[in-house]
Amino acid sequence: MSCRYMPGSTAASSLFVSTAIEAQVAAINLQAPATSLARLEYDLHSMLLLVTGGIFLLVLAVMLYAIVRHRKSAGHAAKLFHENTTVEIIWTIIPLLILLLIAWPATQAVLNQKSTRGEELTIKITGYQWKWRYDYLDDNFGFMSHLATPAAAIAGTVAKPLNYLLEVDEPLVVPTGRKVRLLLTANDVIHSWWVPQLGIKQDAIPGFLRDAWFMVDRPGIYRGQCSELCGKDHGFMPIVVDARSPEDYEHWRAARLKQAAASADDPTRVWTLAALRERGEKVYGQNCIPCHQANGRGIPGSFPALDGSPVVNGDKAGHINIVLNGSQKNPAMQAWGKQLSDTDIAAVISYERNAWGNHTGQLVQPAEIRAARTGAAS
Amino acid sequence: MAIAGLAAVPQQSHRPHGWRRWLFATNHKDIGSLYLWFAFCMFLVGGVLALCIRAELFRPGLQFFQPELFNQLTTLHGLIMVFGAIMPAFTGLANWMLPLMIGAPDMAFARMNNWSFWLLPPAMALLLLSFVVPGGAAAAGWTLYAPLSVQLGMGMDLTIFAIHILGVSSIMGAINIVVTIINLRAPGMGMMKMPMFAWASLITAYLIIAVMPVLAGAVTMVLTDRHFGTHFFNAAGGGDPILYQHVFWFFGHPEVYIMALPAFGIVSQVIPTFARKPLFGYTSMVYATSSIGVLSFMVWAHHMFVTGMPATAQLFFMYATMLIAVPTGVKVFNWIATMWEGSMSFETPMLFAIGFILLFTIGGLSGVTLSVAAVDVQLHGSYYVVAHFHYVLVAGALFSLFSAVYYWFPKMTGRMYVERLGQLHFWWSLLWFNVTFFPMHFLGLAGMPRRIPDYALQFTQFNQIASVGAFMFGLGQLIFLVNILYSLRHGKTAAQQPWEGGNTLEWRLPTPAPYHSFSEAPQLDVAENGVVVAMQGGKHG
Repeated sequence: MSCRYMPGSTAASSLFVSTAIEAQVAAINLQAPATSLARLEYDLHSMLLLVTGGIFLLVLAVMLYAIVRHRKSAGHAAKLFHENTTVEIIWTIIPLLILLLIAWPATQAVLNQKSTRGEELTIKITGYQWKWRYDYLDDNFGFMSHLATPAAAIAGTVAKPLNYLLEVDEPLVVPTGRKVRLLLTANDVIHSWWVPQLGIKQDAIPGFLRDAWFMVDRPGIYRGQCSELCGKDHGFMPIVVDARSPEDYEHWRAARLKQAAASADDPTRVWTLAALRERGEKVYGQNCIPCHQANGRGIPGSFPALDGSPVVNGDKAGHINIVLNGSQKNPAMQAWGKQLSDTDIAAVISYERNAWGNHTGQLVQPAEIRAARTGAAS
Repeated sequence: MAIAGLAAVPQQSHRPHGWRRWLFATNHKDIGSLYLWFAFCMFLVGGVLALCIRAELFRPGLQFFQPELFNQLTTLHGLIMVFGAIMPAFTGLANWMLPLMIGAPDMAFARMNNWSFWLLPPAMALLLLSFVVPGGAAAAGWTLYAPLSVQLGMGMDLTIFAIHILGVSSIMGAINIVVTIINLRAPGMGMMKMPMFAWASLITAYLIIAVMPVLAGAVTMVLTDRHFGTHFFNAAGGGDPILYQHVFWFFGHPEVYIMALPAFGIVSQVIPTFARKPLFGYTSMVYATSSIGVLSFMVWAHHMFVTGMPATAQLFFMYATMLIAVPTGVKVFNWIATMWEGSMSFETPMLFAIGFILLFTIGGLSGVTLSVAAVDVQLHGSYYVVAHFHYVLVAGALFSLFSAVYYWFPKMTGRMYVERLGQLHFWWSLLWFNVTFFPMHFLGLAGMPRRIPDYALQFTQFNQIASVGAFMFGLGQLIFLVNILYSLRHGKTAAQQPWEGGNTLEWRLPTPAPYHSFSEAPQLDVAENGVVVAMQGGKHG
């Protein structure tokens, strides 16, 4: 699943085509609902639009009438009334009644959104700067989901793909017709998980769990974005949900379980520098590039350069420590030990120590990372 | 030069000259002018930041600004417009007009008044300076949510310090307004008779005194989390990131009314003048304004409907928010009833006041839509919210400010502005404001998050329309500047009462208002909304 996620490969391809056509027309309303919650929100909004639109037109009409008829240039003399208690009571009571009428369905909808019980599947969603992680708690596997749009498309040197900024390498796959309960949290700052067609927006808060639920009606690809400002690449951490029929979902799940078992790294394996560098470059691309940049020069003033850095070219232990445990000085440098495996950390450190102008020739084995972890724990 | 022109008043002996007049200013008119010019400059600076944002968003892809700089632009645009432009502009108007409208010789604390103004330039300098420090300016949005604001560079520290200074300035300005209104009204100017603008300023001042310390507390907690090892907002240390939002919005929602109530006050003066008819339902307007002030403290968490509050909290804040629509509706109905059966003429102040009612109503109604928690789940953090609050703040606060400046310009300067340019300024602003912000409703509904430097392709058309609108709107504000600068020197001489229907106290003064007015309080017989029936005595100079 390392290739770019192509929707044609799913059972939902026909549905995707129609979404693609819709995407060409500038939409002026909420996206087509694909869950009961989204439909509830859609209908409630339509109702509100009618009510508020009606009130606005009424206010506008009365005002325009006065502007046209009660003007000095039309010879209208002012009538000096300035009080009428009956009228005042009427236009206090009527808005109150309208609000009461709105409040009833609005209350029902809130209670519905909040009823997360009776779930058939639980997925934990973790927001990271700037990507999402999905953990299937019942099956004990999970993966990161990164933006798949190439940097060149953002810079404008190549054409922008159809789903520009709304495509990921690994979508969240869920079965249709099952109640999915989401547990949301974050690793660093507050993020917000928003998929309009599923009717969900829920903040992911570091150190706390929040829940939400959805049950998708029909197979399809549903796209969304982070909707809480979370730093530099807030605009570049999309969400893609691939809803499949329960059978298709079971196939996918079985394949995933097998893959998870097979790809578990043996932490005692001894790697060659070339193999570690190759893997490390990938890990670097997925995790470190936003701040330290592809050329390793960072962003002066905000994110330090790795190219020529004393930490990277210095003692191995210091380098391992900062990657594992983060930086005290600069909170933007996270403790990667919590998200990456020993092998991935060993690989990325080995890569950094032998990339750009850094030529230490040293490599770090996964076993050293494990030792550093246990050392830190004790 | 321009400042001197705006306050071009008859020569009197006991008045400092040159730069001393401004730096050591204690005269409420001079300080009011300083506030207004400062606010206009900040409006231009904040506007340029907004145009940078719209330029970047004209096309998908990153063209002009990298994401980290883009976030700084949105953050500083918000902070500068709120604290540098709108709030000082209202304080400036209150300084200039309140003593004239209630028959006071000056503001109650003349020297503190000087200090409240002169704290503003250093605070804004700190904010602007933060663009060039390592790591750049604050980039967490004007709301400065923790823990993101805990991560940022030293630009954030400068921002926190600037907010502290701005808070001190606003609180001192507000105390001055409260004391002036309570203590310095001329005999006969009863509380339930004084102009709505005075009422609105009074309630606003109370809101400022109540909530600016709360904001100072919130950012101070961020400061100590950043540098002194506290964990107010860090769960790992026993804190809670959401605590920041509760504290911030306990300030933030009353802040919305701090920027809206004075606008209500201005419109309640302008509409009766140009409808040549007393304000309809004065008493209910006073009560509506007060109840909006009180309710504004009970709705803060409607900014937090997607943080995952329990259902009961969602419901409480939803109902309380919906309730605000009632007094706000009463105000709109009262203004329209004032226009009804009037004898209206449509000079620039009236046009801006009518534009205000129309567009503020749209902003209010989209606010009702947002108040419904279940729908807010789709709209929160989207461009719909951006559209909503710009309808409230640009078409609300800014249009009312333009209305006020055109309305009182003759009294302040002794000259008339150029009516044709004023009308052009209004129609131009009305058109391009809507071209800029109406499409943002569509963008938000269709799923575009706010505060992003780049967007998916289906959002392109409306973003382009909005960007074109923003540049045209910005250009139109130069019409205002040209009008003011030209009229200060060459405007026609204004009569004592340039508006036929103007019958509040300020129109009883000579034009331009003497440098020292009402040094001896007049005896007044006043009807509702500050309408002067009879006046005796009252010396100037």
